[in-house]
Amino acid sequence: MNEISWNKAATPPGAEQDAVIRAVTGEIEEKGFVVANLDKVVNWARTGSLWPMTFGLACCAVPMIHAYMARYDLDRFGIIPRGSPRQSDVMIVAGTLTNKMAPALRKVYDQMSEPRWVISMGSCANGGGYYHYSYSVVRGCDRIVPVDIYVPGCPPTSEALVYGILQLQKKIRRTGTILRG
Amino acid sequence: MVDALEEAIRAALADRVPVTYGRARFGHELVLHVHREALLPLLIVLRDAPELDFAQCMDICGVDWPERPERFDVVYNLLSLTRNARVTVITTTDETLPVPSVSLLWPSATWFERECWDMYGVVFAGLDDLRRLLTDYGFEGHPLRKDFPLTGHVEVRYDAEAGRVVQEPVKLTQDFRSFDFLSPWEAMTTLPGDEKVHLNRIPGLAVDGTKGDQK
Repeated sequence: MNEISWNKAATPPGAEQDAVIRAVTGEIEEKGFVVANLDKVVNWARTGSLWPMTFGLACCAVPMIHAYMARYDLDRFGIIPRGSPRQSDVMIVAGTLTNKMAPALRKVYDQMSEPRWVISMGSCANGGGYYHYSYSVVRGCDRIVPVDIYVPGCPPTSEALVYGILQLQKKIRRTGTILRG
Repeated sequence: MVDALEEAIRAALADRVPVTYGRARFGHELVLHVHREALLPLLIVLRDAPELDFAQCMDICGVDWPERPERFDVVYNLLSLTRNARVTVITTTDETLPVPSVSLLWPSATWFERECWDMYGVVFAGLDDLRRLLTDYGFEGHPLRKDFPLTGHVEVRYDAEAGRVVQEPVKLTQDFRSFDFLSPWEAMTTLPGDEKVHLNRIPGLAVDGTKGDQK
């Protein structure tokens, strides 16, 4: 059983996968329980249901919406956009963050329950981008909230955002769950 | 069509309001220049005369001409659905002289005038709600004025100790650069295979590193 660590690459369908499933099934039928690392299970649950806070600020929201929709279909990763920060795990800052919006963004971030992550999407959210020298734009949303993943591009493609989310899943997977610093 | 509109406006005004008539966009649009004290009588006629019927105020915007004594233009873009015609009314003011508010003629003008106040600092007399519309709460200055610095005066960040977003004076890690692409020290002026571009270069722009007389 130890080698069936789910953190490895998925086993393709075939005789090998059948053997794994048969072994697990047999194990459950025999004992009624499976043994796994708790933190791995928790991480598995967290990476499999990353509910993002909908925070489309500008044109970057369009590729983000595309990523949610049928073609890229973030639902298959368990990523379902939420309208409320209380139900969200991750905030995707998609677009230009202005000075006037910054307190609202911070308030929404503060309302999110732990554990929480932030994806900064696009040049404007990463460092001000095109509006870096503007009088009204925050030069990077990491001045307001701690950012986990930066997705570059102006705007990033939907694939880039999906890739960024997969990177965030990887980051969550390699962190300890019980002890948090 | 523009001439017919001008004639109709002249007939409706009957020389009661001093207006200078002009054209824009190669004669396709009618522009009326008017002193701000004559603004309201003109706009009332434009709105209420049945043969004109400029019932919609599409837009109010400002223009800054810093070299002029009355530095601001206030531009009113009106639309008449029944005539299928548009007209532009322009008046001038400076930082302190108030322009009469048209928010009683067109209620939609309230936000336009608030935006114009926000961006240019044009004062509108009679507007009961002269708050800023677009810029940050407590913003200082009027950002679309030509003398307003591009990066403004304050920037924000989250202060963990204070537990809130604080404003601080702007501190840029890298200054704003404007590139001189004609200087050989900043940019390559002749790309390989692109030598012909110099044959089409605008005369007066020097290529020897000094700025031409057009700049």
